[in-house]
Amino acid sequence: MTLLTTLIGTLLFAVAGPVIGCLLAGLDRIISARMQGRVGPPLLQPYYDVRKLFEKERVSVNSVEGVYVACALLFALIAGGIFYSGGNLLLCVFVITLSSLFFIMAAYSTRSPYAEVGAARETLQVMSYEPMVLLMAVAFFQAAGSFDVAEVFQLNHPIICTIWLVFLGVLFILTIKLRKSPFDLSMSHHAHQEIVRGMTTEMSGPTLGMVEIMHWCENVLFLGWIGMFFLWANPVSILVAVVIVLLVYFLEIWIDNNFARVKWQFMFKSAWLVALIAGGVNVAFLAFL
Amino acid sequence: MAFASKSPWVIHYDGSSCNGCDIEVLATLCPGFDGERFGVVNTGNPKHADIFLVTGSVNEQNIGVVREIYDQMLEPKVVVACGICACTGGVFHDCYNVIGGVDKAIPVDVYAPGCAVRPEQIIDAVVAGVAKLDEKSAALAAAKKGA
Amino acid sequence: MEFSFGLIGFLIVFPLIVAAALLFVRQEGPRRVIVCVSGVVIALASVVLVVMNLGASCTLFAFESMAIDFICTGISVAIAAVIVWFAVRYKNLWAAVLAGVQVVGTLILEFMFSHGIEVPYGLYFDSLSLLMTFIIGVVGSGICIYALGYMEDFQAHEPEGAPDRRPMFFALMFVFLSAMYVIVFSNNMEWMFTGWEVTTLCSFLLIGYTRTEEAIANAFRQIIMNLAGGIGFLVALWCCALTVGTFSFYEFLVIGQNNPALTTLAVTALAFAGITKAAQMPFQTWLLGAMVAPTPTSALLHSSTMVKAGVFLLVKLAPVLHVSPAPAVMVMLVGGITFALCSFMAISQSNAKRVLAYSTIANLGLITACAGVGTAEAVWAACFLILFHAIAKSLLFLCVGTAEHHIGSRDIESMDLLFDRMPRLARFMMLGIMCMFIAPFGMLLAKWATLVSFVDTRQVALIIILAFGSAATFMFWAKWLGKLSGIAGEPENVEITVKPTEWAALLLMACLLVLACVFLPFISGTLVEPYVASVYGMLGQDIATDNLWLASICTVIVVAVLFAGLGTKQKSRRANVYLAGISRDNDSRAFQNSLSGTTEATTRNWYMESVFGEARIAPVGVAFNTLIMAAAFVVAIIAGPMGF
Repeated sequence: MTLLTTLIGTLLFAVAGPVIGCLLAGLDRIISARMQGRVGPPLLQPYYDVRKLFEKERVSVNSVEGVYVACALLFALIAGGIFYSGGNLLLCVFVITLSSLFFIMAAYSTRSPYAEVGAARETLQVMSYEPMVLLMAVAFFQAAGSFDVAEVFQLNHPIICTIWLVFLGVLFILTIKLRKSPFDLSMSHHAHQEIVRGMTTEMSGPTLGMVEIMHWCENVLFLGWIGMFFLWANPVSILVAVVIVLLVYFLEIWIDNNFARVKWQFMFKSAWLVALIAGGVNVAFLAFL
Repeated sequence: MAFASKSPWVIHYDGSSCNGCDIEVLATLCPGFDGERFGVVNTGNPKHADIFLVTGSVNEQNIGVVREIYDQMLEPKVVVACGICACTGGVFHDCYNVIGGVDKAIPVDVYAPGCAVRPEQIIDAVVAGVAKLDEKSAALAAAKKGA
Repeated sequence: MEFSFGLIGFLIVFPLIVAAALLFVRQEGPRRVIVCVSGVVIALASVVLVVMNLGASCTLFAFESMAIDFICTGISVAIAAVIVWFAVRYKNLWAAVLAGVQVVGTLILEFMFSHGIEVPYGLYFDSLSLLMTFIIGVVGSGICIYALGYMEDFQAHEPEGAPDRRPMFFALMFVFLSAMYVIVFSNNMEWMFTGWEVTTLCSFLLIGYTRTEEAIANAFRQIIMNLAGGIGFLVALWCCALTVGTFSFYEFLVIGQNNPALTTLAVTALAFAGITKAAQMPFQTWLLGAMVAPTPTSALLHSSTMVKAGVFLLVKLAPVLHVSPAPAVMVMLVGGITFALCSFMAISQSNAKRVLAYSTIANLGLITACAGVGTAEAVWAACFLILFHAIAKSLLFLCVGTAEHHIGSRDIESMDLLFDRMPRLARFMMLGIMCMFIAPFGMLLAKWATLVSFVDTRQVALIIILAFGSAATFMFWAKWLGKLSGIAGEPENVEITVKPTEWAALLLMACLLVLACVFLPFISGTLVEPYVASVYGMLGQDIATDNLWLASICTVIVVAVLFAGLGTKQKSRRANVYLAGISRDNDSRAFQNSLSGTTEATTRNWYMESVFGEARIAPVGVAFNTLIMAAAFVVAIIAGPMGF
């Protein structure tokens, strides 16, 4: 049963994820432009960009880079499918980590000095946010009584009531996961604070297009994690969750536009400290009370 | 439908010049002119770029760099020479080390003269370049189909 | 059952016969035949035993023999004699003292107390021993076969006229296997103790194989720590003789579960022995030092024998630990802290074998912590951690050993471009690495079960440790993986000279790994669950079987990509790498610098010495764990019946 629902979920997510992610990315660019006193591109600009990338010539520095990126995209879709079909949250976390790993390997495989710097930084980023993500899953289990995401619809009150501290922690690392400044060390949307282009330096044309789509899907998945905190056994809660997700997304855009990139030391230490305090305290609190 | 014209990503290289055109190019991408309205993004990487904006003339030192950036761009691609130095060598044309305009190194699609070239003119040139980009994109698609 | 009993006897005795034969064979040809044939025989016998008894619960065999009791005592004395001889020769006081204490303790125990205690059921097996049998038999003999080719290269790398100690080496490898079988099949704890001490001595001799100053020093460090652990085992035997009144391990565990106060001190002492053997902090240095030995030794010590004996004992003790707080807290915290700190320290290492060693210690720490938690779920997780760690680690050690002989270095930075220089080996290595730290492979599923069991038992400290430790694990494996996967230019393929025996062993491990990962739900049902059910009366699998199959599907995808998807001919146009400016030689990533000279772009991985350096972290763990163990012993002595 789970296998079938996951398969269906993955197929649906493969369609809906990119569409929603694309619109969110377009929204991001318009809002960012407005924050900078500009008009900004049309809403569908990210879609045009990707379509153009797929029209470009197929060029790569080696034969494996594209395979790795395709795997990264595939596992990002499976992770999204697991989450949105109400599957196991931990499995979702593990599969999205696998996706990150393939992306990192794609960057390393080029053995380009710039891509390697990006890959090393991405590895560090994963290490920085991973504790908080795992603790989020644990706290979810404590609050909902199961690792299954679908369980939230059986609850009398949303899990945010008991694990709001974890929510704040997740909010902190969300900036890393959405690749927003000040934590966009490994690859940035903004050329002005980039060593060439980080991980994607050697990726071009259709490969880069796949990276963009993966990034959209990841964003939808991570925002889904945020929404999960506000769901309970009431259909209205879906509306509440959507509104809060949009607010959080706006907050991330605001942060992106207002902070300059930090050094890795600060990112790593602050992320672990936040995980220890927000995650550790909340998990301990739920375990002992 | 060709999407190349809807998302022209540019890369920018400054050869030997007074830097005036260079500053105008960046001004074009600033909020006042907001190139992103047309999907223009300033990339730092030739592998991601569609349009190559060159300012300044080509000399013995930088001709290799210009060629390498051009070679690393993916088809379809368009080169825009921004400013009179990039078009012909300008006031530097008879300097001891200057070879001449950008077209001495790589094929140029659009010439945008001026000293310094105005942002409006750059936008005009990019729009002209975008049309060429669409043509090349269509040709590439046809070649793919034929192959 | 008769046949199974015979097989057990065969598995214990046959390797000894092979060892004796190998001791006298000096030619390469006959040795190759003997090792290959007997390796295959041992593996087959192990597999037959496992397959015949799938799903078996604990089966005891009535087997009692005064002769074996005396042989065991004799072996103990002989071991002590060998150690004392070496200690005198290399002037190491501590080793001599500890060996002396141990032999005196053993003799007093044997001749004064143990007469009245009879163990009618000397041998047994249950599904956990079968799991271990599989690991020892298949992985262990695979390593022995690998060693043939490796040792040939090794001897060739030695200086001219160096003594050829290979007969001794191969004999010791097989004695090791036999000793491990003794440990997993003995119900009589005295026999088990003998097997325990034999592994200690064998690894001492194997670590000191090269007889260099460093090797001797590290061998003595190993023997001192493990003799201390052996004394812990001996204390437990004394407690059994004096207070519990049995040497039957099965009965001991039953008594321990029903009357924990009676066995507290014995369990604490046994757990201490397990912790030393499993190289948990503060004893981690012996396993790190063991790398000076030839690589097959490391593979054997790390994957299928020696350290696995330690965690095997701890996992067996798990149900008793579940009801005895003092040793349980000790085992949990020592394991947990070791897991986190050793994972951190692995980040700062660039020596591949040292990274593997730290990762071994860390994973053993996790198994130890699971044993300390002691619930059915935790034991389920521990069993799978043991299985996957054994296979993946042996694969990795063998890969590193082969790579070392062909690229001349065991430094991870030197493994640059291995993807093209040793294409097949690099893929095996990548598979092994991925299995160690990333879903959907088995090791991570076991970690997942571990996390669930920690959450179920509300072990907040362990949850946090696991979260941070796993993150560190990602870092050090991913950057190694990245180094391996780099592609540039067309380097020369240097793996053509790899010996066929090495390929056979590598292929065996890789296939085992993939099969074990894909059929994890099946292994769970036939081997691990029966053990958990027989001990706890309930099932331990805490992950829905559907999710496990989902992981299996993902595993198949990843393996297919790794071995079939990569390295096919490039269809797209090949481009140069962007070097910002003019490239001089793109294959070597050389570019024209600002003075028109040529500079090569090189990158090194991140080692974060300032955050995760050994000098910063190791003392913390050593101090903390020493305190915990001291406290646990104090509590056990006060609370236990030995208290006055």
